Amino acid sequence: MELYRSHILVCGGTGCVSSDSLKIEERFIDLIEKNDLKNEAKVVKTGCFGLCEAGPIVIVYPEGAFYSQLKVEDVDTIVSEHLVKGRIVTDLLYKESIQEGEMQSINDVGFYKKQERVALRNCGVINPEVIEEYIAYDGYEALGRVLTDMTPEEVIQIVKDSGLRGRGGGGFPTGLKWDFTAKAEGDQKYVACNADEGDPGAFMDRSVLEGDPHVIIESMAIAAYAVGANKGYVYIRAEYPIAVNRLQIAIDQAKDMGLLGENIFDTDFSFDMEIRLGAGAFVCGEETALINSIEGKRGMPRPRPPFPAVKGIFNKPTLLNNVETYANVPQIILRGAEWFSSIGTEKSKGTKVFALGGKINNTGLLEIPMGTTLREAIYDVGGGIPNGKAFKAVQTGGPSGGCIPAAHIDTPIDYDNLIELGSMMGSGGMIVMDEDNCMVDIARFFLDFTVEESCGKCTPCRDGTKRMLEMLDKIAAGTGTVEDLTKLQTLAKTIKNASLCGLGQTAPNPVLSTLHYFMDEYEAHVHEKRCPAGVCKALLNYMVIDEKCKKCGICAAKCPVNCISGTKGKTVYHIDTEQCIKCNACLEACPFDAIKKG
Amino acid sequence: MVTLSINGQRVEVEQDTTVLEAAATIGIKIPTFCHDPRLKPHGSCRICVVEVNGGKNLPTACVTPVYEGMEVETEGEEVVTARKEILDLLLADHPLECLTCEKAGECTLQDLCYQYGIERTSYDGERNHYEIDYSNDFYYSDQNKCIKCGKCVMVCDQLQETHAIGFAERGFETHIATPMERGLSESTCVSCGNCVSVCPVDALAPKKKTKFRYWETEKVRTTCSYCGVGCQMDLLVKDNKVVEVQPAEGVNDRMLCVKGKFAFDFLSHPNRLKMPLIRKDGRLQEASWEEAYDTIIGKINSIKEENGPGAFAGLTSARCSTEDNYMMQKFMRAAIGTNSVDHCARL
Amino acid sequence: MTNSVDEVLKSDVLFVTGSNTTENHPVIGSKMKQAVTNGAKLIVADPREIELAHYADVFLQIKPGTSLALSNGLMHVILEEGLQDDGFIEERTENFEALRELVKDYTPEKVAEICEVDANDIIKAARIYGEGERSAIYYCMGITQHSTGTESVMSIANLAMLTGNIGREGTGVNPLRGQNNVQGACDMGGLPNVYPGYQPVVHPEIKKKFENAWGVELSDENGLTLPEMMDNALRKSLKMIYVMGENPMVSDPDTAHIRKALESLDFLVVQDIFMTETAELADVVLPATAYAEKDGTFVNTERRVQRIRKAIDAPGEAKNDWEIFMNLMNRLGYEKTYQSASEIMDEIAVVTPQYAGIDYSRLEGDGLQWPCPTKTHEGTKILHGERFARGLGLFKPAQYRPSAEVADEEYPMIMTTGRVLYQYHTRTMTGKTEGLNNLAPESYIEISPEAAVRKNIENGDLIKVSSRRGSITVKAKVTDKISGNTVFIPFHWAEGAANVLTSGSVLDEYSKIPELKVSAVNIEKAM
Repeated sequence: MELYRSHILVCGGTGCVSSDSLKIEERFIDLIEKNDLKNEAKVVKTGCFGLCEAGPIVIVYPEGAFYSQLKVEDVDTIVSEHLVKGRIVTDLLYKESIQEGEMQSINDVGFYKKQERVALRNCGVINPEVIEEYIAYDGYEALGRVLTDMTPEEVIQIVKDSGLRGRGGGGFPTGLKWDFTAKAEGDQKYVACNADEGDPGAFMDRSVLEGDPHVIIESMAIAAYAVGANKGYVYIRAEYPIAVNRLQIAIDQAKDMGLLGENIFDTDFSFDMEIRLGAGAFVCGEETALINSIEGKRGMPRPRPPFPAVKGIFNKPTLLNNVETYANVPQIILRGAEWFSSIGTEKSKGTKVFALGGKINNTGLLEIPMGTTLREAIYDVGGGIPNGKAFKAVQTGGPSGGCIPAAHIDTPIDYDNLIELGSMMGSGGMIVMDEDNCMVDIARFFLDFTVEESCGKCTPCRDGTKRMLEMLDKIAAGTGTVEDLTKLQTLAKTIKNASLCGLGQTAPNPVLSTLHYFMDEYEAHVHEKRCPAGVCKALLNYMVIDEKCKKCGICAAKCPVNCISGTKGKTVYHIDTEQCIKCNACLEACPFDAIKKG
Repeated sequence: MVTLSINGQRVEVEQDTTVLEAAATIGIKIPTFCHDPRLKPHGSCRICVVEVNGGKNLPTACVTPVYEGMEVETEGEEVVTARKEILDLLLADHPLECLTCEKAGECTLQDLCYQYGIERTSYDGERNHYEIDYSNDFYYSDQNKCIKCGKCVMVCDQLQETHAIGFAERGFETHIATPMERGLSESTCVSCGNCVSVCPVDALAPKKKTKFRYWETEKVRTTCSYCGVGCQMDLLVKDNKVVEVQPAEGVNDRMLCVKGKFAFDFLSHPNRLKMPLIRKDGRLQEASWEEAYDTIIGKINSIKEENGPGAFAGLTSARCSTEDNYMMQKFMRAAIGTNSVDHCARL
Repeated sequence: MTNSVDEVLKSDVLFVTGSNTTENHPVIGSKMKQAVTNGAKLIVADPREIELAHYADVFLQIKPGTSLALSNGLMHVILEEGLQDDGFIEERTENFEALRELVKDYTPEKVAEICEVDANDIIKAARIYGEGERSAIYYCMGITQHSTGTESVMSIANLAMLTGNIGREGTGVNPLRGQNNVQGACDMGGLPNVYPGYQPVVHPEIKKKFENAWGVELSDENGLTLPEMMDNALRKSLKMIYVMGENPMVSDPDTAHIRKALESLDFLVVQDIFMTETAELADVVLPATAYAEKDGTFVNTERRVQRIRKAIDAPGEAKNDWEIFMNLMNRLGYEKTYQSASEIMDEIAVVTPQYAGIDYSRLEGDGLQWPCPTKTHEGTKILHGERFARGLGLFKPAQYRPSAEVADEEYPMIMTTGRVLYQYHTRTMTGKTEGLNNLAPESYIEISPEAAVRKNIENGDLIKVSSRRGSITVKAKVTDKISGNTVFIPFHWAEGAANVLTSGSVLDEYSKIPELKVSAVNIEKAM
């Protein structure tokens, strides 16, 4: 292998790509060529670094200089200063990486310091489109070891011993699932990978596929060997074009190298896999709906039992894990079950990737050991709440999860604790809310998503979530009644108890958890016709605070419906609340904070 | 064998039996909309939820297999609450037109609302509005009344294998439709009516030619009179008229084709022969049975006298009953004396 | 059927030949499609690309009248590749060597040429059928309505015996009966050579038995078949025909010939539920009851005797057919009276060994499949289980012969006939349902796109179709369902009746079935 003085890692994740990181990469290549640095500096397009907030990101090693929010023209400066003259361009560095005027290496930056990267190990490190880079980072070593040194039973035992649980939603013990599939009777078995990441704002699976696609291939091959399958499907949403493309490249490369196909590693084991594209229906992330979709049927869940391990794709025993679950497996094989189970809590082992979003400074992807507290995740890794606002709640688990209030911020994150609090791990969405968020509105937001995405098969989910949403709409509009609050709870209970699939059964969680922790807000909407956070438009009234008004007339000038009256310099202004459309323009325009809403 | 208890009653059933089947063996009826033993488990309507071992979630009886030591409650408080809620939800998007609805009296939704005391929906929300598809000659599709149990789709896919209808849209807008919503007459539908026969409400229903209420009819089990499959079916009779045909259990597995299901108009057609006719003056004219018999007997006797039994032949019928055929050949052989009996078996 | 309808779903191979099952036996057709969905393999042989062809693993679009060559060809390949069941041949059959000898000549190449299909498809079909653990054959009039009809059936039976696919669940040779009670009519001796239960009329002991049972003297001569009746009527040796529930004016071949024959009679009695084309010619027409107006039984295609029950009163003075015959018999001096259909069944049970165990009390529920020899016998689902009726199964090798009519210069097209889903037989019943008439309003001719181009015919054109018997005018339906010079006309309609064109004179030597499925015709645009 050739040695370079500098490695320039350019993020090729979806976030950075959409803010032009590919042009940045091109510019680097171009300028390195022009400056005759070709033998000294190498540009590597990698997967996601995780700190999407700061994108597009470029990291220059060996210094670990973390350049953020770059523009294409900044590349010229970095090349001429950093690469040619060896002077780090401090102005372009991520600001958190400068402490007391000194640049810190990326790994010492707060966002990364508490992280422990297992599933995301290669993301932002290797070029996902070059199999050799994966192999250089111990890639396919686990598969080799499994195929040549281990029996399927031994593989399953390691996975069991590791304590790995499904990272996609339910948290079912992975080894047990493998064991069931291995023991199921069938001449044909399948392994499948659920890459139909549908939670709003979640992108951990996408990042793995974009940044380290070979780990999925390797892991599925290991799983196939363990359960006795010879064919794999990766079900991935078509909205992930980069992931689809990189995974396909990886599959082709693996086939060329004989790591997929017949007699892998000169053993009797043969395994092939293909990609199936999903059309972006949330419900297709549910395992039985996903199986229907792979079979070319409408994506609607099937009743369980039979479980996929017994009757899955084309009614054959099928092992189905999600991307992140698979991404852990080769490391477990290589480093041992004990290593893995040493991370995390008693019942939740290893690490978990979260997509952190909402009212948070470091929007992005983080991988932290199970047992890290919510506070650590939000403040230490996430960098806290912007603008000094107060933390109100964190919503975990996507639309199936619940809202956890500030009182529980010191809870260590694991499967059971989150369920205890009325939420769940889900696939790892983590949305932070501050004092400006109305919890009724938040519940509405998630329920609206569920209503849109309900497959329509079972009555409670199809019709029940719709009616819940209508009640929330009423409450937000100020026409809710006490009966609605009761009815919401009883209906939610039926939906939870009687829905067909996991999605329906968890759909009421955002409503139930907000009702539980924030009943006062609901009551304010119902009894006082007031939205305490000032979000629900129908309940807002804009008023001029007479004593603060300087009669400047700016508010009247900004009002799009001319409902503010007054005479410049002579009278305080007045808002006609009947006409007001609550657009907030006056409030934003007033230089004297003389307009309030409430 | 597996032993479990249902509503406190012990019951022993085979492995792989569902709770619904197990309950049926001891006469406990659990309500269903979407269940049909001929179809793959679907579990969509959720009305058959039951309580198992005091568990929180309520599994559906139709797809849940029994296990040793299982304790099932089919009408516990939680269960009844859930069923009432489901009915309430269904009614929230179902017009309450029971007074004039064609399905009244044979509507599962009506029956269960009655059973669980749901008089009206407690919701006052959005309703779906669909145009009724009258384009098929024999039945209509009124999606306003559909409860999305999906039986019609499954029957068309899994049993009839015609694949004419499917689910369209998602969530609250989910409904049954033909491809591209082009209507039944533009679909691959072969009008077998097997979807109609399983619809629990008035969403897929025959175009009635006679006004009748189901409770006014009498059901008579019979065998279809068209092809040789011998499908079993029930004739629904009101005022001496067959008003509808429903498939029954038998060789046909409760399936019929367009002819068996819908082509019974001929029975009461005005052109039916009602009186014997005798050709007089070159024209067939009505006559009494006595006249007809006399004419035939007279002719038989004279021909027999002149030409012997060899001058007679009879055509029996693949359309008439076995007994009719027996009598016909006996008539030819024993009364006339010829073996010249044949029929169109070959056609 | 040697086997039962529910076994369609228990076969791993279905060979459907000369049967457009989804249109003519729709419920069985659906079961066949279900079987394919569940993993069964399907072979379809038919001149038309029928719906089942789309479900088939192999579709052999054979030229009409060549199925005998096809089955011989399939057997050739099976023997060539050693797929035969030697044990079955050894233990259960005889005359195998003659069969082996005969099919030697039927190489896939030769058969491909006769049938106008691909030789590889013949090989593929033979392998699928031969390798099936439970292979079943289903056939219908596409096999039988030929001058070699009986031999074609024999050849199919040879195929089943050769591979041991008979007498077991999911196997068999299964003719699909086209009419609700054609099985019962045959069982009841509605045939000129047998009494009820297929007991030969020429057999002295049998005759004796019936004479004792009925208390009269009986004829020991075979009677006339339907085509012979028509010929004898024309020759004036037949004076009277009594027709019960039949409409030969539409259903029988060569309508002109039938009309002439019926008009030559001294006396024609027709007993039916409607004024049919045949009844129009009658001297006396008697009103009969329809199935919903009487008690009785129908026997379905799997030999199941099933009840029909009186649901409504008959219109006017219409009477049950059996009652009419009883009254006539009584007037002719035969005194026996019956109170009900059930009593007749009791008499049937006495004289018919296969029905000996049957009475109405046992028919509640699912009915009974004959043979049902005793009152405790549960009926027979599968025939030939332990042994064949005659002991060993006899291979009857049959040579292929071309159809009697082949295309020539004057009549260059080959017409085949059949039914459509939305009508039934001569439309006596279905013609009264408006919806069916909307869906299938009139007769038509299916013409292949290549023939249409050659003849400059477009969809919907009025076409004059002529044969040696006559001509009709029907609408053209240009469709790739059909290929080459084959055309298809459904025979339901009296207007544009296919049977004006068919021949009543070419009969199968054994069964006297007319060669309805192959007629040489000419087509031209009607002016």
